[in-house]
Amino acid sequence: MSEPLLQAVNLECERDDRVLFRDLSFSILPGSLIRVEGPNGSGKTTLLRILAGLNDSYSGDLLWRGKSRNGYREEFLRNMLYLGHRPGIKPLLTPMENLRALMDGRRLLPDKILWQALEGTGLGGFQAVPCRNLSAGQQRRVALARLLIADEPLWILDEVFTAIDIQGVAALERLLIERVENGGAIVVTTHHDLRLPSMQRVTLGGGDGYGY
Amino acid sequence: MATEFTVTLRSPEVSVGTATAMKAVFVRDLKTAFRQPQDLLNPLLFFVMVVTLFPLGVSPEVSFLQQAGSGILWVAALLSVLLSLDHLYRHDFDDGTLEQLVLQPQPLFLLVLAKSLAHWVLTGLPLVLLAPVLGVMVHLEGNSVAVLCLTLLIGTPVLSLIGSIGAALTLGLRSAGVLLSLLIIPLYIPVLIFGTGTVMAASEGAPVAGQLALMGAFLMLALTLAPFASAAALRISLSNS
Repeated sequence: MSEPLLQAVNLECERDDRVLFRDLSFSILPGSLIRVEGPNGSGKTTLLRILAGLNDSYSGDLLWRGKSRNGYREEFLRNMLYLGHRPGIKPLLTPMENLRALMDGRRLLPDKILWQALEGTGLGGFQAVPCRNLSAGQQRRVALARLLIADEPLWILDEVFTAIDIQGVAALERLLIERVENGGAIVVTTHHDLRLPSMQRVTLGGGDGYGY
Repeated sequence: MATEFTVTLRSPEVSVGTATAMKAVFVRDLKTAFRQPQDLLNPLLFFVMVVTLFPLGVSPEVSFLQQAGSGILWVAALLSVLLSLDHLYRHDFDDGTLEQLVLQPQPLFLLVLAKSLAHWVLTGLPLVLLAPVLGVMVHLEGNSVAVLCLTLLIGTPVLSLIGSIGAALTLGLRSAGVLLSLLIIPLYIPVLIFGTGTVMAASEGAPVAGQLALMGAFLMLALTLAPFASAAALRISLSNS
């Protein structure tokens, strides 16, 4: 079995005097997809933000390739891609400029590749239109264009299917499957009925999840 | 969504240089700002209006303006920088680009430094460029106009850098304006005192090299320490959101 990319060991998180999860342990292996499930408010987004390194208010350990993540922050960030609720798209900039700004800190790619990635997400012809003139779904697609050119082995995706149309959802599912088959690891939350082979589940909000 | 893209998984060593990443942050901030010029003009107009209204409201006498001119200009510059601070991270926070900034694999304090520099270029630098005109308007004489511009040139980056800490700390709050001012103004006071003091000394013909050197020291201190504090404050604010 291959080495886990990220391991959560006895994670516990409390928010507003409520225990969201406790003793949560799981491993994210290359070539696997983990779906984080649970009702609204059960801490799915919080868990994903903790995994991505945006939220530090947890106890327990996170191991990156077997070593404590805190000592390897830059290496971890180089190998992880996080897409949150807020897509990271500036309304005043065009999709092209947004994608360029998001990619430049990670990987230098020629304009042509970025242009094609935007075409690949169905934004052909919109590359130079300011994002505020695009629909919510189109704006999400700008962020999703990153997935087409991302080479990070670990993806953490929060509600990726939001505001995407049926064809888009199908294509995105294909992309995720293909990615997992190629050895990528993906953690997602979604209320969309995702049916993928070899999907692991992490369920929140059950049992002692609520500490009222 | 087409899936004909085949991307090989990266080798962990590949990375973009910090300088490239800083430049990308800087360029994006400038581009965004120029798409919304009214946000840029607001602090500038404020600066010009305050300085113009003072002679009308208090006294247009030459002797008074020569006395108070440097102070008026400095206070107006300080307040107009303060006015623009809330925007420094707010939009980025709302649209999610701040999350992505924090997750970039470069040292965050350098990216924050790039953002602070962009903020200075967009607010501080225009104030410095306007200052000679307004300096002449309040009857500052020859040498002291030049000294005034020099103090603003050294002082306004300090305002941006220190302000960035306050803006980062108050990010998670809904109405951050008052708290931001309360946090930041005490830290601005030394800059203000030395800024106006230097111009006063110049207008009396005293040497100013020592005071300018002290202001330079302020700038060095802010350049080296403020980005660390801002980066830590950003992490805290994002962690609590």
